[in-house]
Amino acid sequence: MKAEQQYIDLFTQYEALLCRNSAEAMNAPRAKAFADFERLGFPTRKEEDYKYTEVGKYFAPDFGLNLNRLEFPVNPYEVFKCDVPNMSTSLYFVVNDTFDKHVHPSAQLPEGVLFGSLKEMARLYPDLIKSYYGKLADTSQDGLTAFNTMFAQDGVLMYVPSGVVMERPVQLVNILRADVDFMVNRRLLVIVEKDAQAKLLVCDHAMDNVNFLSTQVTEVFVGENAVFDLYELEETHNSTVRFNQLFVDQQAGSNVLLNGITLHNGTTRNTTRVTLSGERAEVNLCGMAIADKNEQVDNNTFIDHKVPGCTSNELFKYVLDDQATGAFAGKVLVRPGAQHTSSQQTNRNLCATREARMYTQPQLEIYADDVKCSHGATVGQLDENALFYMQQRGIPLKEARLLLMFAFVGEVIDCIRMEALKDRLHRLVEKRFRGELNKCQGCAICK
Amino acid sequence: MQLEPNKYVKELTREKYKYGFTTDIHTDIIDRGLDENVVRLISAKKNEPEWLLNFRLKAYRHWLTMDMPTWAHLTIPDIDYQAISYYADPTRKKEGPKSLDDVDPELLKTFNKLGIPLEEQLALSGMAVDAVMDSVSVKTTFKETLMEKGIIFCSISEAVREHPDLVKKYLGSVVGYRDNFFAALNSAVFSDGSFVYIPKGVRCPMELSTYFRINAAGTGQFERTLIVADDDSYVSYLEGCTAPMRDENQLHAAIVEIVVLDRAEVKYSTVQNWYPGDAEGKGGVYNFVTKRGICKGEGSKLSWTQVETGSAITWKYPSCILSGDNSTAEFYSVAVTNNYQQADTGTKMIHLGRNTRSTIVSKGISAGRSQNSYRGLVRVAERADGARNYSQCDSLLLGSECGAHTFPYMDIHNETAVVEHEATTSKISEDQLFYCNQRGISTEDAVGLIVNGYAKEVLNKLPMEFAVEAQKLLSVSLEGSVG
Amino acid sequence: MLEIKDLHASINGKEILKGINLSVKTGEVHAIMGPNGSGKSTLSNVLVGHPAYEVTRGSVTFDGKDLLAMSPEDRSHEGLFLSFQYPVEIPGVSMVNFMRTAVNEQRKYKGLPALTASEFLKLMRQKREVVELDSKLANRSVNEGFSGGEKKRNEIFQMAMLEPKLSILDETDSGLDIDALRIVAEGVNKLKTPETSCIVITHYQRLLDYIKPDIVHVLYKGRIVKTAGPELALELEEKGYDWIKKELGE
Repeated sequence: MKAEQQYIDLFTQYEALLCRNSAEAMNAPRAKAFADFERLGFPTRKEEDYKYTEVGKYFAPDFGLNLNRLEFPVNPYEVFKCDVPNMSTSLYFVVNDTFDKHVHPSAQLPEGVLFGSLKEMARLYPDLIKSYYGKLADTSQDGLTAFNTMFAQDGVLMYVPSGVVMERPVQLVNILRADVDFMVNRRLLVIVEKDAQAKLLVCDHAMDNVNFLSTQVTEVFVGENAVFDLYELEETHNSTVRFNQLFVDQQAGSNVLLNGITLHNGTTRNTTRVTLSGERAEVNLCGMAIADKNEQVDNNTFIDHKVPGCTSNELFKYVLDDQATGAFAGKVLVRPGAQHTSSQQTNRNLCATREARMYTQPQLEIYADDVKCSHGATVGQLDENALFYMQQRGIPLKEARLLLMFAFVGEVIDCIRMEALKDRLHRLVEKRFRGELNKCQGCAICK
Repeated sequence: MQLEPNKYVKELTREKYKYGFTTDIHTDIIDRGLDENVVRLISAKKNEPEWLLNFRLKAYRHWLTMDMPTWAHLTIPDIDYQAISYYADPTRKKEGPKSLDDVDPELLKTFNKLGIPLEEQLALSGMAVDAVMDSVSVKTTFKETLMEKGIIFCSISEAVREHPDLVKKYLGSVVGYRDNFFAALNSAVFSDGSFVYIPKGVRCPMELSTYFRINAAGTGQFERTLIVADDDSYVSYLEGCTAPMRDENQLHAAIVEIVVLDRAEVKYSTVQNWYPGDAEGKGGVYNFVTKRGICKGEGSKLSWTQVETGSAITWKYPSCILSGDNSTAEFYSVAVTNNYQQADTGTKMIHLGRNTRSTIVSKGISAGRSQNSYRGLVRVAERADGARNYSQCDSLLLGSECGAHTFPYMDIHNETAVVEHEATTSKISEDQLFYCNQRGISTEDAVGLIVNGYAKEVLNKLPMEFAVEAQKLLSVSLEGSVG
Repeated sequence: MLEIKDLHASINGKEILKGINLSVKTGEVHAIMGPNGSGKSTLSNVLVGHPAYEVTRGSVTFDGKDLLAMSPEDRSHEGLFLSFQYPVEIPGVSMVNFMRTAVNEQRKYKGLPALTASEFLKLMRQKREVVELDSKLANRSVNEGFSGGEKKRNEIFQMAMLEPKLSILDETDSGLDIDALRIVAEGVNKLKTPETSCIVITHYQRLLDYIKPDIVHVLYKGRIVKTAGPELALELEEKGYDWIKKELGE
């Protein structure tokens, strides 16, 4: 309990301040989260789910926390000028965990849709937030969830009322900005009601050359027959540590696409928990990581087929260079009675050097017999025959390798249901592989 | 398909576990319980040298510091290690019998009944047998014939006396006593098992096999097998096991160690048919086994084939350490669980040498209310250039109340490795069953046929006589699982 | 154009080519025939520089340059093309992207500017017609999901795009039905000019009905054991390879 103690002390000392600068709905689960955290501590590598990422050590150093909600002197619109043609998103910014008040002219929300500071929304619509906040992110199971719930003071709410179809995707740019080593505990709450449709793109960036540690808990509620896409793109730097936890609950007939892309980072742990609670729900969960230097990417996914007739497809790809470490653990649970489940999981990985490490652990736990489930995982290199074939056609080896690498991760990009983003990512990935994207170039999406 | 999993099961399992009888023989059983004195007593009963007693004591002391592993997908009831007797000798003699005349006729009858005749003239062609009942080796056949070629095939107790240097050199070299909870327990209290040494350049002319039988009540079996294949040698080794039907659970915690030297090849096949318990999940053997081989030599080869149909609980991961360059390892497994059986089984392939190759084929079949898990690890170490692994794990579910699980781990530390894992889960389709029905095949027979087809890839790896036996066993184990 | 002298080559330490001598002049069509396992595919792979094969002795010059010293891609840029017996599937790499890279790399080698997108697409369209390649195939990933015939047509299409000086057709007829064979052979003939040469490696006479060879060689156990005019192919078709073995005293 070394790393934990300073946070236990901090919480005990500043609980009142934390609460004062947040909202009632967010304060409600704080005490229980604290008790849970005291009991659980940070997850250790002895726990199966955290086998590949040591959590405590990242919390041991001294980080600044903005408990007083001081405003950071930054105008994101000066730093980030969105000029991606055809992207036409409604653009919003979050600096650390504070929703930026300046509303961009591009923002156009259909009537009834709420998008803004979670703290503010919790004050305006306390009942709405109370009935969802913390309902998926169970603090009693995971010390990190408890930690985030203890300290989170703000974040973002996206609320799409039933039947509303949002044509224009919403883009949320998270900017880490600080002059000292800094910790951010952010919360996202997404509610997409019955028959509604929405797309959300979240980009993570780190602006300053300090050590950042961010925890983010996202809860997503998708109602009956609703359609929701969530794209998360990380482009931070080597001294950023990110613990991202995503909880999704899907009602009958809903269709969700989750795509997490790590282009540049320090240490990243993405935990995704999808519960298919209603029949005929479908989730497509994909992700990719391109990592070099000492970057670490750990994706831990869990899909819970609770009821019959649901579909899950999972695709994760890693390209590891230098001393990068990749980990993928994907569990699919088919509960008793969840007949006619269809579940597919694929994890493919390329290691370019001796020092790069890949750990993969696909898991199936099945308690129903009339199901179609499969998983496949590979670690390997580029196809030598394909490389030679290309050379015979006059394509130099280096170029042939690049072509095959684009093709390799291209499969993940092609899952995206936003053409402009797809094109943009193809270009970004090419730049990344060619070494032209050395570190976070501000918001590469928007720049 | 209308599934009534337990409709026939009760009668069928009762009658189908044909090895469930007990032998009424006077057995020298030591008092239940385990402490240092028991370890010393076992060692004394076997007239063991000092070094082995010390090995046992070290293991025992280490065991005391350990906890039962909980990571497996198994629900293991509390085991009272003080309620078990750790040594049972049905031969009542201080030393193993020298000739058949010395063997109690009851024992001969028992093994005859199990289909393992101990008279050499009656033996299955080309097979030498070491028959182990409870804690003691009853008889090893063809010992002399094999000795002519320099092959040592005897009980491990005898090997300790006759070939101490070999045993001392290799015992615990693959599975150390600290390896895991059950390995430590076994190292402290192990009784009989087989010892095999194939000298340089010798191809063992017959199949070697050990038949393990638990008979006495209230005992556990802790056998230990050690196989050493010297340079350029070859041996195929078979293991079979059964136990009487008892309402209490019996503990079986074995260790098998295999050392394969330069260009040698060892094939190890198991047909595990310990008593699985009854249809209500009462009784049955707890089977906690550590099996591991090392492909120590350049170009060596180790192949594990297992057909697991018995035991109430199976915890078993026959593994290979591929340390010799260009060595090859295989793991072929069929695991069937029915009623309330639980199995968590698979393998570890640890690639240390260059250009090492491993293949894993696992077929799980779950029926009734059973839980069947594949757990495997493929690790490619930094030095293991050119390592290749292909794994395929299929699960077949019969009935809606059972579970089939797959937990593969891949740890890759070398960029030249190619590792592939595939897993699928399926059920027997109504179309397949109907097609068989239309051709006049009963549903039960059809299930047997389809399951055997499904497991064929693995069964084909078994030596002939065993393959036939294993096929029958598969059908029998699943009878009553489809209504 | 191509001068092979005493070429020895091995794979995994096993010698397959045991002293090949062969000279192909500009404008000529050579057929290399021989029973299975005689080294025909090894020869074509060695010429294009497949890394699995090791040249242990001998020399190969191509237009006076030392071919064996060049990388596979430079051999291609110099004008050497192999129509593979088993073209590999490359999932995720579109034909357009693949060909554009190949064509522009060749142009770069020759000091020519890269083609613009529209110039390139126009070229694709023209060349596709040579082998009646469906425009849909051109939009798919390289060879992925192509039938046997489509793969071979795709090889000839690429040959049309890259305009090689010397083309090697390795068992291009295998797995083709008669219509596909005709289309492929006609494609090859359309591309043939007095400035280009061709080596046709085949097991059967069939393909040689369409692509007329000037010279026929028999490759056997890693050596060229017989060289004659087109009539040799007919003789082989009629009598099989056994009489050659007999002639060699086997």
